[in-house]
Amino acid sequence: MFANTISKKDLALLAVFTAAVLAGPIILKPIGAGYPDLLQKFAIYGIFALGFNILFGLTGYLSFGHAAFLGVGSYTAVWTFKLLSMNPIPAIILATIAGGLFSALIGFISLRRSGIYFSILTLAFAQMSYNLAYSVLTPITNGETGLQLTQSDPRALDVAFGRDYGAVLPVSDLFGMEMQGYPGFYFCAVMLIVCFFISMRIYRSPFGMMLRAVKSNQNRLNFTGVHTRPYALTAFIISGMYAGLAGGLLAVTDPLAGAERMQWTASGEVVLMTILGGAGTLLGPVIGAGAIKYFENIFSAFNDGILMKIFSFLPEVLQHLAVSISSLFVGEGWHLTLGALFMVIVIFLPGGLMEGVTRLSNLFRKQPPDDRAGGTPHPAPAE
Amino acid sequence: MSDFKVTRRGLLKSTAAAGVALATPTIFSSKSFAAGYLNEPKGKTVTFGFNVPQTGAYADEGADELRAYQLAVEHINGEGDGGMLNTFSSKALKGNGVNGKKVVFVTGDTQTKSDAARASAKRMIEKDGAIMITGGSSSGVAIAVQGLCQEAGVIFMAGLTHSNDTTGKDKRANGFRHFFNTEMTGAALAPVLKNSFGTDRTAYHLTADYTWGWSQEGSIKKYTEKLGWKTASAVRTPLGAGDFSQYITPVLNSGADVLVLNHYGRDMVNSLTQAVQFGLRDKQVNGKDFAIVVPLYSRLMAQGAGENVKGIFGSTNWHWSLQDEGSKAFVKSFGKKYGFPPSQAAHTTYCQAILYADACQRAGTFMPSGVGAALEGFKFDGLGNGPTEYRAEDHQCFKDVLVVKGKENPTSKFDVLEVVEVTPRAQVEYPASMLGGELGPYNNG
Amino acid sequence: MDAILLQVLNGLDKGGAYALIALGLTIIFGTLGVVNFAHGALFMLGAFCAVTVKALLGITKVTLDPTQTTPWGAPMEIRQPYVEVWFGDFGTTLLDYSVPVSILVAIPIMLLIGIVMERGLIRFFYKRPHAEQILVTFGLAIVIQEIVKSNFGANPIPQPAPDMFNGMIDFGVALGFDAGNVVYPAWRLIYFLFSVGVIAAVFAFLQFTTFGMVVRAGMADRETVGLLGIDIDRRFTIVFGIAAVVAGLAGTMYTPILSPDYHMGMDFLVLSFVVVVVGGMGSLGGAVAAGFLLGVLQSFASMNEVKAILPGIDQIIIYLIAVVVLLVRPRGLMGRRGVMEQ
Repeated sequence: MFANTISKKDLALLAVFTAAVLAGPIILKPIGAGYPDLLQKFAIYGIFALGFNILFGLTGYLSFGHAAFLGVGSYTAVWTFKLLSMNPIPAIILATIAGGLFSALIGFISLRRSGIYFSILTLAFAQMSYNLAYSVLTPITNGETGLQLTQSDPRALDVAFGRDYGAVLPVSDLFGMEMQGYPGFYFCAVMLIVCFFISMRIYRSPFGMMLRAVKSNQNRLNFTGVHTRPYALTAFIISGMYAGLAGGLLAVTDPLAGAERMQWTASGEVVLMTILGGAGTLLGPVIGAGAIKYFENIFSAFNDGILMKIFSFLPEVLQHLAVSISSLFVGEGWHLTLGALFMVIVIFLPGGLMEGVTRLSNLFRKQPPDDRAGGTPHPAPAE
Repeated sequence: MSDFKVTRRGLLKSTAAAGVALATPTIFSSKSFAAGYLNEPKGKTVTFGFNVPQTGAYADEGADELRAYQLAVEHINGEGDGGMLNTFSSKALKGNGVNGKKVVFVTGDTQTKSDAARASAKRMIEKDGAIMITGGSSSGVAIAVQGLCQEAGVIFMAGLTHSNDTTGKDKRANGFRHFFNTEMTGAALAPVLKNSFGTDRTAYHLTADYTWGWSQEGSIKKYTEKLGWKTASAVRTPLGAGDFSQYITPVLNSGADVLVLNHYGRDMVNSLTQAVQFGLRDKQVNGKDFAIVVPLYSRLMAQGAGENVKGIFGSTNWHWSLQDEGSKAFVKSFGKKYGFPPSQAAHTTYCQAILYADACQRAGTFMPSGVGAALEGFKFDGLGNGPTEYRAEDHQCFKDVLVVKGKENPTSKFDVLEVVEVTPRAQVEYPASMLGGELGPYNNG
Repeated sequence: MDAILLQVLNGLDKGGAYALIALGLTIIFGTLGVVNFAHGALFMLGAFCAVTVKALLGITKVTLDPTQTTPWGAPMEIRQPYVEVWFGDFGTTLLDYSVPVSILVAIPIMLLIGIVMERGLIRFFYKRPHAEQILVTFGLAIVIQEIVKSNFGANPIPQPAPDMFNGMIDFGVALGFDAGNVVYPAWRLIYFLFSVGVIAAVFAFLQFTTFGMVVRAGMADRETVGLLGIDIDRRFTIVFGIAAVVAGLAGTMYTPILSPDYHMGMDFLVLSFVVVVVGGMGSLGGAVAAGFLLGVLQSFASMNEVKAILPGIDQIIIYLIAVVVLLVRPRGLMGRRGVMEQ
């Protein structure tokens, strides 16, 4: 039934997105990111950021506590593995539901306030979850070490279907296909594409319009007799479910759930991903998530030895100079690059990386921006 | 992915590419082991993966670990002065790499977070083809990465991790630890505490509220209560509390005469500094001098507490002032290259790299099960800790434990600890079954 | 009773630090409308002013002693600080008093840093959305942190208080307690008095000077003040500088209590935001009141008696208070309507 309401442009965007995601291992190989773990992270954090963007990009409510839903999703998924089955399907379904329920609870309370007061409420709930998960909730969360699988887990459904994993630690598998390496990535990739499609439908729907209206003029809506809070709460819960799903997928590809996933810095990370990519745009958050994860995993891995090789074409004196300067920005200094990147992006490209993409394509096409694909750069008024 | 302009041809192209990608997973897959085992080195080199904290609170320890690894790789490849290879009892390594292959390495940042550490280890395994992973500066991370290495099928040589769980409840066949643990700390420290403070003491514990802290508190309680000490109270403090004054003031009038700080890293620096600020080191209770004990000392961190460590007891895995041949060779080699003495983190990681390389050489393969068999029950000497054994039952090294004290008159900023006693191995040994857990079978990938 | 009194003291002490950081943060909110995520970094820079002063004072004259060698064979170095070589005993005293002395250095340096930050970066973000302000100041905070880390390392660096203030003061006697029951470290009392002094100075400045009057007017209604032909921008630059100085001083004086490291600013950042919001955005009095309130309640929550009833309460007390206050009082303790609610 969606097919007849979806525009051609959207269909094309979806097709390109699908193709690009599925071809990820090949496209990203030249920049050193074409290995399963990082690809999985791209897809998972892409989902997380997509969901966050439904709340922040559309309604303007800036949550600083979304990592809590991710964490709850992860814990739920690992517990599902332990108690029910190593099949990822129940795990991600329950993780999504858990994320949704937890976000309904926190959203219901936090949405009574707006602006920075809302942000601090969400931050407070997330920090409480993190601190408790790290300490007194250790029986449920296994604290610092993180919740892990053990050989003696009951796995009731698996036992009922006669699955026996023997003496080794089981890994999650989809009817025999192990959710690690590339199969794991493709599982996440399919989820990402589904999530992208759903968020595209939300953007184009009357509900999405209403959410944008919440952002641009909440008072006017209230005066006209529209209650905005149910809309905002629905957006909050949807984004909480996205986060729960992302958390579940983290556990599917790597069955361990640690408390630090819920720390405020993790909540801050998804905010940064979204703004970096372009808040309120469809593709931006996915790109922002990819950029940050790329920095974290690739830039941190450069050491002096690798740099020496890179600059080996230079004369020796220059080589050492180049290495000592560039080593400030990579390896143990990768945070510096990240911080500088945030500043540069927000100073020169306030609409995030997506604005850069739009500007570039305008340069080549010499025609007005395609605000559907590229989305609207900030301040994103109602379309 | 920067240009999403859609043309018919472009779409066709990318769809075709996607088809190829869908068809290729098994070719690329890290799980393809026609080789016999994961990441079997085929060329002239073999890749080690050094996974250390480069950002966050333990970045300095991580940097020291990385220095030690680089030194170890040099020595294995026959560069430099050979360091502890000259004093090591096993002479299998000839200074021409391992199994005829030159050792190269890749590095990663654990950020002292389980997720980041696993991601970084996975990168080294999946992308860089690392044959083993080693490093780390906290037990949470060590256990997380050890679990990952077991699942992936490479050997994990733990770095600085002190919790019992690493080779206890959470032990894995593919994981090996050279560092000591809280159980050994308790056993080693107790006799020294008895000699210095007697048997009629009341202890007050401040404990970092996470697994390592509890493990440490449990061990110290167990061994001091055996001496006849009483435990007044054991209070849990949030990780990274910063200001501990609200936990320290209740100690003042509690009647306790010993304060045990089960903290590490910045928590230790802050709680110790503040406890001294509250006059606890100079206090008299029940006619006895009040005492502070820091069960796990790190020289790097003790430097952060400055003057406050003077006279305070603790335990450590190794210290650069040791005078055996191995330690002297290592300090000389490290000091020459970097201009300052190595930390215990540097020592344990250097040993782990050497021990791994030696085991591969003796086994004649890099296959985890083969290397593991060579390490299990391996007895060696000359690596700075005296006679040492890698116990087969739990992959834990057993060796003498150093009890140290903050030095009263340091001669340099590195000279903050002095060795009070070397508790012999026999006193700190415990049956492997005591801590539970299952090694399980080796995983070769 | 004495236990409770001690916890109140602990709370006031902590509260002093919270209040100082939150004060600067809320001034920046109130006047410039900027969410400054780099405020924790300013606190940290203040602390590193003390580290730098001590390091500069401690620059040593190195003489080699050929009779002794290090374990790796280099000759042993004998080090004596130049200030001691030059000034003798006065030099020793100067080294001992390095933390108070650094205040004199920290004030101009932090003022300069504040002004450069405002002119060079912050002023371009007055009209931008808060999300972008957060991103850019957060980026700046990371950059500042990493620069400090590459110069000073990641480990904490000890900064002892002057010898004279290292002891304890037994002031319980004055209140009628037995001797030795209520003793408190001298430096912590000084820190509390110092924070009260700085807070009083900031309030006096805003209350009793023409400059302060204009700034307060600007906080209330920026546009009207601008229409009156007053160059409000220049004043706001100075206000930002003052906020930086307040945060910096809080850091400088805190170093004997908390050995500074590059990451300490981030640890205080979240906390100071909670304090500001509990106090009410843009309310100076609210920030100060909330700072002390949270400090004291945090101390009480850490008492064994309280933890026995509610395990883990000390882990979450700050956030719990924030939630309760915000639900009961929508704009914090003393917040005004319409500030930062969009």
